[in-house]
Amino acid sequence: MSAVPGLTARRLVTPEGVPLALQVAGAGPRFAALCIDGAVILGIALALTLVTFFALGAAGRSAAEPIAVIWLVGVFLLRNAYFLLFELSPRAATPGKRALGLRVAARNGGRLTSDAVFVRNAMRELELFLPLMLLASAPGGGSSIWVYVAGVLWCSAFVFLPLFNRDRLRAGDVVAGTWVIRTPTARFLGDMAERGAGRASGFGFTTAQLDVYGVKELQVLEQALRMGDPGTLLAIADRVARKIGHELGDQPSPDFLSAYYHAARGQMEGRLLMGRSRRDKFDRG
Amino acid sequence: MAEPRLKSQRFREERQDVWLSLEKIVGKAERRGLASLTEDELMALPVQYRATLSALSVARATSLDAALIAFLETLSARAYFFVYGARNEPWREVAEFFATGWPSAVRAMWRETLVMALLMVLGAGVAAWLVGSDPDWFYGFVDPALASGRDPTASREALRATLYDGGEQGGLSAFAAFLFTHNAQVALMAFALGFAFGVPTVVLVLSNGAMLGAMLAVFFGQGLGFEFSGWLAIHGVTELGAVILAGAAGLRIGLAAAFPGDRARLDAAAEAGRLAGRMMIGVIVMLFFAGLLEGFGRQLIVDDWARWGVAGATLVVWALYFYGPRPASWRGR
Repeated sequence: MSAVPGLTARRLVTPEGVPLALQVAGAGPRFAALCIDGAVILGIALALTLVTFFALGAAGRSAAEPIAVIWLVGVFLLRNAYFLLFELSPRAATPGKRALGLRVAARNGGRLTSDAVFVRNAMRELELFLPLMLLASAPGGGSSIWVYVAGVLWCSAFVFLPLFNRDRLRAGDVVAGTWVIRTPTARFLGDMAERGAGRASGFGFTTAQLDVYGVKELQVLEQALRMGDPGTLLAIADRVARKIGHELGDQPSPDFLSAYYHAARGQMEGRLLMGRSRRDKFDRG
Repeated sequence: MAEPRLKSQRFREERQDVWLSLEKIVGKAERRGLASLTEDELMALPVQYRATLSALSVARATSLDAALIAFLETLSARAYFFVYGARNEPWREVAEFFATGWPSAVRAMWRETLVMALLMVLGAGVAAWLVGSDPDWFYGFVDPALASGRDPTASREALRATLYDGGEQGGLSAFAAFLFTHNAQVALMAFALGFAFGVPTVVLVLSNGAMLGAMLAVFFGQGLGFEFSGWLAIHGVTELGAVILAGAAGLRIGLAAAFPGDRARLDAAAEAGRLAGRMMIGVIVMLFFAGLLEGFGRQLIVDDWARWGVAGATLVVWALYFYGPRPASWRGR
């Protein structure tokens, strides 16, 4: 599901000055979300039109006018207010974006204002509806074919704009100062140091033994302990014991690993407080 | 032989109640909106958000518990969107928009507005002059479907009839709704086209002016200038005003994208975009009134002087609303 983190990771600095890591939504999920929204809009428009026809049939010509007004305004609202209202809601996302776990946010870390949302969706005229109208009006005469091709090329510049910048900004995002990001989903999980808390002193790890690895290895170990797969833990315990020169004996591997994790994290965090940290085992800083 | 717990463990234990409480509030707000929060929860949200954010900073500097940092990061981001993303009082925002937001955007873009108005007059003047010298020019400016017979070959009586023919009196509201939705869509397009450095917007406004000029030339040529102007102005003041403002908004964005000045291009475009966005919301409102004036006003009011009166009144109202003096406390921005 998640792409290469380095490519989509961005920082948003909150007004408090704390940078938050965010993931920019890729072009694929954006397009899929648009397709879902398009299908919803078309579906509702179709239903509205059918209801209009039945209402006309049932009520006759006397009620034709209010029905026509409702249809005209309804279609206008569907085309323009659908995106606007959903993106102004607390989740800042249309149903399509929600389905794919996306949301709109202001690029500068500030408030997502209603004028920004309005602008980013008004620009859809240029990026979505104009090209669609162009595609629908296929060239008639032979002489106009080049005009048509020029029009298609000109429109493509706006349609494919998101593919040509890092943040996948479409013209509306550029002008509104917004971007579309993935809604973060990490949950509150247990602390892997809890299990090892009572055991570490029993193993009597030396400072040198705890110094073998860096932060990266420690967090891989955290991940492995969290998954708790016995086979993996056995293999890891084997390698760690050999590397630090510890006699594993018949100690259960989860016990050994959680004790080592606790002790190593304690030592590294102590160093971290002094401003020293080792990125990984190769970092001899 | 229980050894001391890690500092990061104690840090986590001491604060996790706040984090979990914030997660509950944010989860509720995500599912059912801010309105579903109780007063206590609303009060707690920003406080706990800041506590969590500060815990995140501490955890980044002192803890190596990757899952905890990821959780705090996620929770801070989720809460951040509510603390800085949501508006609690939509009605106050609407009121502010009409009191200060819209008029101040219009005033801030007076240069662009002037340019667009001049372009429209230029288009109209040139077209009128060309049609006056050679009526065949008319077909270059006006789409025959739109002219529907109101061209240089039409007789005076036929032209006159189009001005006072109320149409089928039955369909006025449908007509008004059609005019509004159609014009609003065109205005949105004119605005969006501004992104291409403003060029298409300029062309659109020029051609609109040319169409106007060509029609004026035809009616003036038959001595119906006063009557036609009244027919046009009753809604045209509002509608053409909206077109000019939409063009000005588009031009502002195009200029910001083409000539960002000292700022980064993206920042300049975003700043111009927000101002132009406020303008465009107002333009849609204007076109709604224009649709009513055209759909009802013009069809029901057939006296030339009354039409001119309504046109003059709308002009005064819009001019005073946008540019007129107002109390300092209203000025905003």
